[in-house]
Amino acid sequence: MTQPRTIIQKLWDAHVVAEPEGAPALLFIDLHLVHEVTSPQAFAGLRARGLKVRRPDLTLGTCDHSTPTTPRDLPIIDPIARAQVEQFEKNCTEFGIPHFGFQSERQGIVHVIGPENGVTQPGMTVVCGDSHTATHGAFGALAFGIGTSEVEMVLATQCLPQRKSKSFAVHVNGALPPGVTAKDIILALISRIGVGGGTGCVFEFTGSTIRALSMEERMTVCNMSIEGGARAGLVAPDDTTYEFLAGKPLAPKGADWDRAVARWRQLPTDDGAGYDREISIDAAALEPMITFGTNPGQGIGISQPVPDPAGVADAVERETLRKALQYMGLEAGKPLLGQPVNVVFIGSCTNSRMSDLRAAAEVLKGRKVNENVRVMVVPGSQPIKKQAEAEGLDQIFRAAGAEWREAGCSMCIAMNGDQLKPGEYSVSTSNRNFEGRQGKGGRTFLASPLTAAASAITGKVTDIRTVLG
Amino acid sequence: MPEKIIAFESKTVLLPVDNIDTDQIIPARFLKTISKDGLGDQLFFDWRYEADGSPKADFVLNTEAAQGCAVLVAGDNFGCGSSREHAPWALTQFGFKAVISTSFADIFKNNSLKNGLLPLTVPKEVHEKLLAAPSTVKVDLEARTLTLADGTAVEFPIDAFSRMCLLEGIDELGFVLKHDAQIAAYEAQREGTLDTRALA
Repeated sequence: MTQPRTIIQKLWDAHVVAEPEGAPALLFIDLHLVHEVTSPQAFAGLRARGLKVRRPDLTLGTCDHSTPTTPRDLPIIDPIARAQVEQFEKNCTEFGIPHFGFQSERQGIVHVIGPENGVTQPGMTVVCGDSHTATHGAFGALAFGIGTSEVEMVLATQCLPQRKSKSFAVHVNGALPPGVTAKDIILALISRIGVGGGTGCVFEFTGSTIRALSMEERMTVCNMSIEGGARAGLVAPDDTTYEFLAGKPLAPKGADWDRAVARWRQLPTDDGAGYDREISIDAAALEPMITFGTNPGQGIGISQPVPDPAGVADAVERETLRKALQYMGLEAGKPLLGQPVNVVFIGSCTNSRMSDLRAAAEVLKGRKVNENVRVMVVPGSQPIKKQAEAEGLDQIFRAAGAEWREAGCSMCIAMNGDQLKPGEYSVSTSNRNFEGRQGKGGRTFLASPLTAAASAITGKVTDIRTVLG
Repeated sequence: MPEKIIAFESKTVLLPVDNIDTDQIIPARFLKTISKDGLGDQLFFDWRYEADGSPKADFVLNTEAAQGCAVLVAGDNFGCGSSREHAPWALTQFGFKAVISTSFADIFKNNSLKNGLLPLTVPKEVHEKLLAAPSTVKVDLEARTLTLADGTAVEFPIDAFSRMCLLEGIDELGFVLKHDAQIAAYEAQREGTLDTRALA
């Protein structure tokens, strides 16, 4: 009888190319996603060594990070960003890598276009020079972010030397209360374990709540695994996965599909397989989450007060919290509810898919955003933008007074001109509230699209449950 | 060929803040570059400079005592967040050869080891001692020891492969390229129908 294995172990076992003496295992990479920001120095490295891209057929590029979200008939105004986008397209063309350039109808955020095109599939190893690569784990793939040296290595060899991570099961059970979303699940997990809590681990999200989530919601959960310190997070594939994938442009077809599904059905964790670590979350007890500080672990239920540094025993931890509250301009012990905000951002690889836009539109339909708030809605890809327009969502956003923009990372990373001014507050559906992340001196509250839309209407941090019917 | 690292001695610079993320180490707006040059000037930019571009006098890297230091002692979970390799590039270009903390984020640690920057994990009591005041420490990669100013030597964990690559100046890509036959054998038996070129 064979030893029961977790899905994490199965994915690992299936991708070991070699186990050289005195070195980490070489792992084969099934899909390598490339974007303009973390790849130029890797392509320069290939050129310097005279190397080719080994598997362009397993590589896909898109521009997203420094790409403007202004109308596409306008040029890229920032000359440095323009040079980077142009260099990206040049690199992909020279090395034969299929890619979606600035003017492509398929352009979008790298973690949106993979699933959208059926490129991300169960059982794969997926890497990208981007820490939110864990998003693809929603399909039952081992997906993780890498640095530029590793981008170069994968381009050249399609392999990476890797050490096995620990397995960390996150069991989420129970029905989500009204107003509580996938985003709130992952923010709750990170607030409990901290931003370093999953270091050295891969999360497997399990339980009835996860099973009931759509693929887009699972992507939101897996997306922020890195914010809990885990390089990867995944959900074992099931019928929800296969229904999502069937018919996508590059999903297997016909007999290939049947063979693939039969193979994918072997992936889920075996009964009796053990994990290195485990945690349980009662979904029914959750409320909408919001961050108050300068890392994603500094989150609270929206009705809760901002924590007091005086209550923290460790000196460095206390100073870290004090510094965060000082940066955020917040008072300990007071609730965030009612805190005025300047900008609401709905977008990013965490929350820019159709279900996110529909949820926000549902709240904003027939309402006006507060006159003191700039509201930006940025779809995750050009196909999502087109679909949203076909459903009339753009009209709802525009009628409410929100901006409806082109696809890209936008104000999640503020590299493309979309940014906060010093001192401004945002409610943002993105994934990071680090100091200056959304613009130098800007202050970010991370939350779900529902909370963001509710706050857009009132101009203050708002509990969606007070807005819902 | 990367530069070999064996042992060095340096004064320490202290940055006692937990969870220092790579957006602080080098803000995203500096990632629009297509080269690796000039990143040392952008290290900790928003902590280091006022809005008008003048150095903040009270930030530790701007102090006289910090000049020429090769060892940074920082709070727990250093290098969390974005995978940008620009973070270790900026740190090494500034002159750092090692960062000491109680833990490091995984991607930052990997990126550092590929760029000759040693992420040295030490126990909490050693960390507290180091954070008490700037001091002179010795790092010996061969012996895997960090020797404090009072003469106490502590062993630091580092995986054998990374240590060998750093000691001997071995380039990891060159190492992987030598496994071409095994990679080809793996490719010959793997299942999967993906061909991204169908999208182009």
